[in-house]
Amino acid sequence: MKTILNINGKDYTAEFSEGEKLDKILRRLGFLSVKHSCNSMDCGTCTVLIDGKPVLSCGTFAASATGKKIETVESLSKNEKLHPLQEALLEENGAQCGFCIPGFELTAKALLEKIPHPNEEEIRSYMKGNLCRCTGYERQHQAIMKASKKTGE
Amino acid sequence: MKKFNVVGKIERKVDGFSLVKGKPVYTEDLIKDNPLIVKILRSPHAHAIIKKIEKEEALKIPGVEIILTHEELPRIPFTKAGQGFPEPSPYDSYILDKKVRYVGDAVAIIAAIDEKTALLAMKKIKVEYEILESILSIEDAMTKKVLIHDEEESSGIWDKNKNIAAHYDMEIGDVEKVLSESEVVVSSTYRAAAQHHTTMEPHISYSYFDQNNRLVIITSTQVPFHLRRVMSRLYNIPIGNIRVIKPRIGGGFGGKQAYHTEQYVTAVTLKTGKSAKLMLTRDEVSRCTNTRHEFIIKVTAGADKNGKLKAIKMEANSNTGAYGEGALTVFMVCGSKTLPLYNKVEAVSFGGNAYYTNMTSAGAYRGYGAAQGIFALDSTLDEMAYKLKMDPLKFKNMNTIKEGETSDVFRIMGEGKEGVDQIMKSCKLDECVEKGKKLFNWDEKFKNKYVDGDKVRGVGCALVMQGSGIPGVDLGAATIKMNEDGSFNLLIGATDLGTGSDTALAQIAAEELGVSLKKIIVYSSDTDFTPFDKGAYASSTTYVSGNAVIDAAKRVKKQILENAATFMEEVPENLLLENEFVIDKERKNKLSLSELCTKLFYNSNQKQIAATGSFVGDEGPVPYVAGFAEVEVNLKTGKIKLLDYVAYADCGKVINPKGALGQLEGGLMQGIGYAMYEDIIYDKRGKMLTSDFFNYKIPSREDYGTLRCGFVESYEPTGPFGAKSIGEVSLNSPTPAICNAIFNATGVRLRSNPFTAERLFFKLKGGESNNEN
Ligand code: FES
Ligand code: FES
Repeated sequence: MKTILNINGKDYTAEFSEGEKLDKILRRLGFLSVKHSCNSMDCGTCTVLIDGKPVLSCGTFAASATGKKIETVESLSKNEKLHPLQEALLEENGAQCGFCIPGFELTAKALLEKIPHPNEEEIRSYMKGNLCRCTGYERQHQAIMKASKKTGE
Repeated sequence: MKKFNVVGKIERKVDGFSLVKGKPVYTEDLIKDNPLIVKILRSPHAHAIIKKIEKEEALKIPGVEIILTHEELPRIPFTKAGQGFPEPSPYDSYILDKKVRYVGDAVAIIAAIDEKTALLAMKKIKVEYEILESILSIEDAMTKKVLIHDEEESSGIWDKNKNIAAHYDMEIGDVEKVLSESEVVVSSTYRAAAQHHTTMEPHISYSYFDQNNRLVIITSTQVPFHLRRVMSRLYNIPIGNIRVIKPRIGGGFGGKQAYHTEQYVTAVTLKTGKSAKLMLTRDEVSRCTNTRHEFIIKVTAGADKNGKLKAIKMEANSNTGAYGEGALTVFMVCGSKTLPLYNKVEAVSFGGNAYYTNMTSAGAYRGYGAAQGIFALDSTLDEMAYKLKMDPLKFKNMNTIKEGETSDVFRIMGEGKEGVDQIMKSCKLDECVEKGKKLFNWDEKFKNKYVDGDKVRGVGCALVMQGSGIPGVDLGAATIKMNEDGSFNLLIGATDLGTGSDTALAQIAAEELGVSLKKIIVYSSDTDFTPFDKGAYASSTTYVSGNAVIDAAKRVKKQILENAATFMEEVPENLLLENEFVIDKERKNKLSLSELCTKLFYNSNQKQIAATGSFVGDEGPVPYVAGFAEVEVNLKTGKIKLLDYVAYADCGKVINPKGALGQLEGGLMQGIGYAMYEDIIYDKRGKMLTSDFFNYKIPSREDYGTLRCGFVESYEPTGPFGAKSIGEVSLNSPTPAICNAIFNATGVRLRSNPFTAERLFFKLKGGESNNEN
């Protein structure tokens, strides 16, 4: 099967087999920042943004993403310049193994768009679907707070 | 104390840029061709003999490349545990065997052009099993007349006829006598549960032949060098013809210290000549790799009525599952990295067995037996404190080991063998207790219990330890070479699992060489290009590999000064290495490192400055944590909320403050999960029911209250710039501390983790108490 997907502002022709989920298709198209961990919509690792909202790509069919704007982490920064969230993650050591980070960054980006200056509780509640086994979450929450100061101004 | 330029400073992770940008740096991202997709047909039975495997139908499916069963593969006993040679774990595993020993055991290797085809083939393979009776608990293993490893070829098993994979016992002094003379004796039995590692990246490996026909394995592993050695033996390939590369990996925690994928892709590549990829599903990661060892531990402790601890007797039995990865070593660490804490006793004993069962094989997991042991030991001592009507924090701390002291346990118990004598050259546990107590407001909270209707709050504390590397066993090595811009390549076999060890090791090199971190280019974990390293386990990287880096840096420094001396017309003794310059002590004459190296490369006295250093520990210095938990319990429903957790750690000199903090917080969160949420459940036929994130709950961002941590720096003279370890010790305190807090709140002691609402509810109602002592 074939469809056109708009990814990070560009149209791509995607070939896929029946029932194949968006995470696999995106990876095949070269968007290797898209990670998968559980494939059962339980961990948040595979999160991408569709029309600005976090969506679990391991549970999303290509058809439901057609005609919409898909964003992956590749869109967050150009060349050496990092997105404030990425910068803050580096400063706070919010990325240990880094495997949860693409999903984390996209969910956090959506959070900051919705609530530019979230408090601790809002962060926890909005981000709760993004599991991380390395960090104990604290560094990542600090990073969001830091980034919110930079982006919100 | 010495002034540092790079060590002890907050530095960004050297690999951080690519991680936050989502760059293709993990095994799956690095695959550039279309490899054969490997799938493993696994046993639906907990214990069975394979009578017949029919694969003809499956092979007829277009796109199926090869199907391998035990009939086509060498039957060589080995252990999947990634340990040094000879491994202290029994050789009780085979690439594929004619018998299956748990639900999920490997039966056949399928390789096809894509996943769909491989899965289709899997369905078409017909296996005839003779089902055997199975053993699904430690208690079963002790009593049932079923033998899990009766095969002749396996070796290193303690007693095949009793399902005992490993056995250990020791006694110092006369424990029974001292106990009988003790004024207060407490005896309690705890059950420390199994646990999943749940690395976010599933296990994955990818193998191929390179242009020179050498086998290359790119894999998410903690032990690239051990892996190379074991693949060489299993498939009879010279070690020199194998290259193992560990790229960035998505977490380890002990879960990737064993071989769960590599032997299968290797088999396919060897038989077909083609590249092969195997990525486990989340279900397989849970069911078919390793878990933490489940333990049943009875602790009997004696003290006088002033609270002086006199004797500890620890009787332990563990569940090593179908195979014995770390059976002996994990078992020993249950005692060897808990009992030295209470070194003032007159007598101490530890002993018991690691039993085989037809359950998922247990193996290495951060904490490695100590997490289980300290749950039982600390909680029993907590019980003792209440019996003595003493503040448990005071009672525990007055009996713990202090700087300058030792414990006989260090000498007697090592990992799989005798230990080494060691004196605590650095120990600031006292200060961890003081600082934690203050921040947590222990005195106030312990005295005045908060009650609000059905809700009561309670507090608990725990003091824990671990080690730093395995002394006398594990080697780390590092190579440093100089470039003409004054930068240095640091080549290390050490394995960064996301822990930040590449960064910490680069900081150590930079410090010794007097350059900034930017000047150190790290390349790690590639058996072709980096020197040997034991791998990442036993909290060894900063200490063991860090000392190896210092050794290499010192050698390089010596070469730099000697060569600079010639150009500067000085004696090396009069020269210093500072801020990327060689400078004389009077500070008159200086030569930049880039100038020096450029001269050496192109102009005169030509040579490459480079050196390799290595290190093996004479001792394994002990890091400590004091942990404090406050819980709120609903007496009606049993619901437990963790309101606050405070932990202070003494890990020696902190090399990278935010890196170490991340390790501490991350370990604590895994410990909190172990204490409160994570539960592995099997059905009656031995099938694991908790093999996904929905049924196996790890802590999310909403599952804890405040988490407040800090360090009390000590200086470990044998460590690199005074450092010890932080990786494992961080995990150990929450389970006992939270257990103790629940007791403080409710008067009820949960002696099995996880401490779920159901467990507490039934105990509050007076049920279940019999089978939990
Ligand atoms: S991989 Fe999609 S939610 Fe886990
Ligand atoms: S950093 Fe490893 S899972 Fe989040």
